Amino acid sequence: MIKVIEFAFRLRTIWAVFLALFVGGIMIAAAGHNPFTAYGALFHGAFIDYYGLGATLVKMSPILLAGLAVIIPLRAGLFNIGGEGQIYMGALCSTGVALYVTGLPDLAHFALVIVAGCIGGGLWALIPAILKAYRGINEVIVTILMNYVAINLVSYFVSGPMMQEGAPYPYSPEIDDHLFLSWIMPGTDVHTGIIMGLLLSFTFWFILKYSSVGIGWSTVGHNPVAAKYAGINVKRQILISMFVGGAVAGLAGTIEVIGLKYRLFHLFSPGYGYDGIVVAFLAGLNPIFLPFATLFLSGLKAGANVMQRAIGLESTIIEAIQGLVIIFTAASLALKFNKPFWERFLNRKEAPSTVKGDSKNV
Amino acid sequence: MFDFLFNISQLTDFMGTGFRLSIPIAFAALGGVLSERAGVYNIGLEGCVLSGAFGGAVGAVITGTPWGGVVFALLFAGMAGVVLATLSVLMRVNQIVAGIAINILMLGFTSYFARVFFPDGTASQNISGFKTFEIPLLSKIPILGQPLFNQDILFYSIYLLVPMAWWVMYRTPWGLQIRAIGEYPRAADTAGISVLKTRFVVVVISCALAGLGGAYIVLSQVFVFTENMSAGKGFVALAALILGRWNPIGALMAAVFFGFADALQLRMQFSSPDVPYQFFAMLPYVASILALIVFAGKVKPPAALGLDFIRSGK
Repeated sequence: MIKVIEFAFRLRTIWAVFLALFVGGIMIAAAGHNPFTAYGALFHGAFIDYYGLGATLVKMSPILLAGLAVIIPLRAGLFNIGGEGQIYMGALCSTGVALYVTGLPDLAHFALVIVAGCIGGGLWALIPAILKAYRGINEVIVTILMNYVAINLVSYFVSGPMMQEGAPYPYSPEIDDHLFLSWIMPGTDVHTGIIMGLLLSFTFWFILKYSSVGIGWSTVGHNPVAAKYAGINVKRQILISMFVGGAVAGLAGTIEVIGLKYRLFHLFSPGYGYDGIVVAFLAGLNPIFLPFATLFLSGLKAGANVMQRAIGLESTIIEAIQGLVIIFTAASLALKFNKPFWERFLNRKEAPSTVKGDSKNV
Repeated sequence: MFDFLFNISQLTDFMGTGFRLSIPIAFAALGGVLSERAGVYNIGLEGCVLSGAFGGAVGAVITGTPWGGVVFALLFAGMAGVVLATLSVLMRVNQIVAGIAINILMLGFTSYFARVFFPDGTASQNISGFKTFEIPLLSKIPILGQPLFNQDILFYSIYLLVPMAWWVMYRTPWGLQIRAIGEYPRAADTAGISVLKTRFVVVVISCALAGLGGAYIVLSQVFVFTENMSAGKGFVALAALILGRWNPIGALMAAVFFGFADALQLRMQFSSPDVPYQFFAMLPYVASILALIVFAGKVKPPAALGLDFIRSGK
């Protein structure tokens, strides 16, 4: 019995999600709609319908990478809230290389575009890491503030030097089609970015769990003083983990450009960097669970529009549910399994029944 | 570009804008000072500003007076504070995680309920705001008189709340308790202070203050509610309180600095149309980062900031 309770406890993030959906259901009912019809339309539109699933997977690609960008530095104890800015900088650098570097073989150009995105995001993340490691400045505040700077910077480039001539809205010219990621689901926009995300999730699960680098980061994250005595260069590990996190976020920006939009748009990311924070915690900060958490959240987002069309319920309800999901998962992750309590609880319940049995025998 | 500094009417106009833009940051930063002095990071200030702005809009529309807006702003931001305090103080969720969660929750809630309450967007909002009134004599002081003493009640209230907060914090037993909890909670606990209860109350007050900052944006500045209208003011406030060395008066001064940086970039956007506006728009955020870099290492945060408190020996 104690094993069952412990197993149920291990699934606590799933209960948290159900709780969030339940509270969301109350809010839907309060708005005068049937929650079951609403969720039915949402989940059908997100996962059952072929084109709906396509829309879900399109959203999933950047969010998956943005989630990794939160998980990786957090192993070393750093909160990377700057995924959004790193996505923008990655996309900016990739688009720059895609548009202005010419004369390379196609494959080399493609590789360079990817690398440029990673470096752009990585360097943007390196700034708060340096400030954290050498000046002790809180990385949360700096990464958030830098998001606003990056968004404005991209907005400047696409409405100024990189703007498509005669464009009605700030966006860059289209990149060359040899750089496009290939589609993997006929008739939908799903591109190979999703495969990159899945492979990277698995790779980083392995690196964080089994490699000396990952274990070094965990040591830094749990106890920087012990890490120092163990001979780990704490400052360097802070820089590396943030750079890697930023690079993955930068890649998310790159695949949005070369996989979906083929141009750099002003304000192109609807907050994927912040969604990354939600999925990272929903996955319990474990990259192997990240694809499932991301699939769920992307489904909510993609299905929201279907639901709005079907029953007329505001799609922003999903943002509220997303907020509930992160609140409940954050709370559930803080709970510790109290084995002695449950053992005592079970014993107390069983005790009277044995007494009853005894009395029957008498 | 800077010739407005030598024209009296333009200068007072500029200073008025600067002081007004500093008010939301000042409210949030004052809230942040209180909570961080008690040892609790309040990354959720941004969400509290946003819920205060939403509460301000809803309350003003429902009751027809800006005072109703203030009440709802305090209520909504205070409720955000209760959630934050429950998570970060009672349940011992990592304080930064809890704060981020509050920001995402309040962004989602305000966006959704704004669509429910104001189905036609800003057009259906009929928000009655606060009116400015002059303070006799003081408003006649040259240059500074009009910017500082011809404002509305929320503006004046921050200049009353900050000295009050300073007095409470440094001159009353309760303030001493808060500071003791932020520096060395175990000693405070031994002295018979309930660490968790005090932290809980302080976090709720902190969020309510940030909510007043949001109410000011809606009830005194723009008179509409729009999605995510806090636009990072809560985060700038976090920089302001570090710059102000975790002191209410210092935080107010830092908020005024950021308000003036914002007013300057607005003015420069208009006076220099040939420079892309994005460079001016990023100025307040760049100023915040630079200020953190310059002042880092010279200031010491409360010793127990960010650490949860477990009563041992049970």
